[in-house]
Amino acid sequence: MKPVQTVVEMRGITKRFPGIIANDNINLVVKKGEIHALLGENGAGKSTLMNVLFGLYQPEEGEILINEKPVKITSPSVANDLGIGMVHQHFMLVEKFTVTENIVLGNEPKSGLQIDMQSAIKAVEKLSNQYGLKVDPRAKIEDISVGMQQRVEILKTLYRGADILIFDEPTAVLTPQEIVELIEIMHNLVKEGKTIILITHKLKEIMAVCDTVTIIRRGKVIDSVGVKDTNPDDLAAKMVGREVNFRVDKKEANPKEVILSVENITAMGNRGVNALNSISLEVRSGEILGIAGVDGNGQSELIEVLTGLRKASSGRVLLKGQDITNKTPRVISESGLSHIPEDRHKHGLVLDFPMSENMVLETYFHPEFNKNGFLDYAAIDKHASKLIEEFDVRTPSIHTPARALSGGNQQKAIIAREVNKDPDLLIAAQPTRGLDVGAIEFIHRRLIEQRDKGKAVLLLSLELDEIINVSDRIAVIYEGQIVGIVDAKQTDEQELGLMMSGGKRMQGGGNGE
Amino acid sequence: MNRVIAIFTKESFLVPVAAIILGLLTGAVAMLAGGFNPIQAYASLVEKVFGSSYNFGETIRQITPLIFTGLSVAFAFRTGLFNIGAEGQFIIGMIASTAVGISFDLPAYIHAPLAVIAGALAGGLWGAIAGWLKAARGVNEVITTIMLNWIALYFANYVVKAFYLQEGQQRSEMIKDSASISFAWLSQMFDSARLHWGTLLAILAAVFFYILLWKTKSGFELRAVGLNPHASEYAGMNVNRNVVNAMFVGGMFAGIGGACEILGVFHYQSIMAAQPGYGFDGIAVALIGGNTPLGVILGAILFGMLTFGAAGMKFGAGVPVELIRVVISSVIFFVAAHGIVKFFIKPLLQKKEGGN
Repeated sequence: MKPVQTVVEMRGITKRFPGIIANDNINLVVKKGEIHALLGENGAGKSTLMNVLFGLYQPEEGEILINEKPVKITSPSVANDLGIGMVHQHFMLVEKFTVTENIVLGNEPKSGLQIDMQSAIKAVEKLSNQYGLKVDPRAKIEDISVGMQQRVEILKTLYRGADILIFDEPTAVLTPQEIVELIEIMHNLVKEGKTIILITHKLKEIMAVCDTVTIIRRGKVIDSVGVKDTNPDDLAAKMVGREVNFRVDKKEANPKEVILSVENITAMGNRGVNALNSISLEVRSGEILGIAGVDGNGQSELIEVLTGLRKASSGRVLLKGQDITNKTPRVISESGLSHIPEDRHKHGLVLDFPMSENMVLETYFHPEFNKNGFLDYAAIDKHASKLIEEFDVRTPSIHTPARALSGGNQQKAIIAREVNKDPDLLIAAQPTRGLDVGAIEFIHRRLIEQRDKGKAVLLLSLELDEIINVSDRIAVIYEGQIVGIVDAKQTDEQELGLMMSGGKRMQGGGNGE
Repeated sequence: MNRVIAIFTKESFLVPVAAIILGLLTGAVAMLAGGFNPIQAYASLVEKVFGSSYNFGETIRQITPLIFTGLSVAFAFRTGLFNIGAEGQFIIGMIASTAVGISFDLPAYIHAPLAVIAGALAGGLWGAIAGWLKAARGVNEVITTIMLNWIALYFANYVVKAFYLQEGQQRSEMIKDSASISFAWLSQMFDSARLHWGTLLAILAAVFFYILLWKTKSGFELRAVGLNPHASEYAGMNVNRNVVNAMFVGGMFAGIGGACEILGVFHYQSIMAAQPGYGFDGIAVALIGGNTPLGVILGAILFGMLTFGAAGMKFGAGVPVELIRVVISSVIFFVAAHGIVKFFIKPLLQKKEGGN
């Protein structure tokens, strides 16, 4: 009997960036026809390793063998020629083009000088039937769901003849139901002889689909084991380097008076249709209300209306009984609302400002810092030093530009700034996106601490685990409406997933009281 | 002492200096290709600038408006805007001060400041038009400022022709003596070179630039909006108002520059066949100066010397005046393409690292 062929072998790969060793003498062996997981925290070096394999980075040391032959992968096109395809986390699709156009882009079948669209569509249909990837070849990318778009990305790599597919965090953007479908697709691909490398930090997925898992921590391979021989706790300990407590420890919530009350808010989205359809909800002091939902169901628009960045066409927002509907961001911020924005680079920080100036971005005009139009930089520096110490923000100095800090420390700094404003309502949008386990624990603790101090906390996240673990009550948003509110202790992913995809609408659908 | 060395080996300093040297070398190559002697040409350029007290004074006269327009462009740039309109704001500053200088009869201590202030306000408002169009209608300021340059040119010419024309000449009447900001005493020291108080104003404007941007609450907002308008909006700043303010302050700098040209140098306004060009050179000055006030002053000195000294190059080495434009363009090119410059100065930087 012929032994199972090794399709990818990476030997002693070392890749250095200024100041850090991203990959330190990494060995990886992937067998034909398996689903191989690369597990590690953010910044562990798994994406770097795959970018080396895909030809985006050149390693300083080590060699790569594809189908047992040594190769030099100097660019993604070389990787393509070797049958390596990558499905990126952020899709690389042209929104205005059709599914077929996107798939054949760069490899168009031609008749004369024209693109032979008919044979392109046929080729796409053939692939999609073969691997069970249902898509409409004529639909435009902007009109199809995120799950569909991901299928287009997969088809793109297959069209280019990939035998080895790298999936970079493929489930981050999907609903629980779409994840089930993706898993099925991955099984189909393997059945047809493909090999899959899955980059992830989600243990459940590994247990569900993978054959082998290689754990990377701080640029080094910790272990490579068969999934059958391991369990989630063991994997988590190996990934983080210590025992991990998955449950967030917190006391029973003690909700008191209503702080935020959203009443029948309707607002237009960027595409010119209503993104919020008469949405209503309430957040009380001393509780965390989580908002669960698939990306693009009105979460961003809701935050924008609450913070004054988007105008509501009807309805009211009350903060402590005071009407703040369509007030300016400054007025709202000054009336006791703090906000940890979804995109910390775009909205949270001025990256080229020193940390000290970033810490007063919303309060520089207060008499504390502003003396007759001149800023008191001594006071600003003192304020920054205090917050940075209190929240353990690791920065070389308070005068270091925010850009130079790691994502986790940037986020800590934003939280320090927002919490320091002593708000009545704290809105946290995706507060742990892209952060490692340590930073996530820290941020969750801070949110719960705010709750215990009697603040109202509104948490928006696309990570169901986070919503379930941190929130006291969970509101599910679907197509700009709250379709149901459940107790976090009495629900599970299945129920939430169903509601998130509009499958289950709870009686009333209002504020759940 | 170490601190001084640190400043002179800093990249922000080394890159422009290297760019200037590379620019001069490129100019030299162009001269050689044309059969001229570059060493002789540069020697006569320096000779022209420093050779006589009159010429040295005139070089300062040449430098002054460039500081103003350089500050104008740099200020807008600090707040995230491309002010291509310093030219037009400069012209509007000229015509406003001409109008005040001719129309009123006031004591000098009121008249001259009033004429300068008129130039500042007019230039500022001219800039604010572009700012307002961007804030209210989302029109790109590059396009509007370019259009406003032409409107300013023909509007100024019209005003001169319609109201202030000196009969039989292509220029306005003379402004009243009380509006003049010429520095008679200093002019005499420099052999009647046209020196004026505007040079001092230019230095003060640079100081104002620094204090406003880095010491005040408004400056904090302006810089935040310039670096990240999204985060600024989240933080509750009024981005649109800041855009208008930034264009107003930028236009004010250029407007004072224009006023000083009239009140300090010419004392009348010509009917212009083309743009005077100070605003466009201001873009280059701001670029070379890294959009810092001190950098703008140094950049303006360089440009002033090169343009004024170019005449000497023609006289001393027969090199056409236009060739200095090759040098200036090369300097700009090398500043913009700092990747190339860094390649040339790499050995220098590495030596510095080794020394530490």
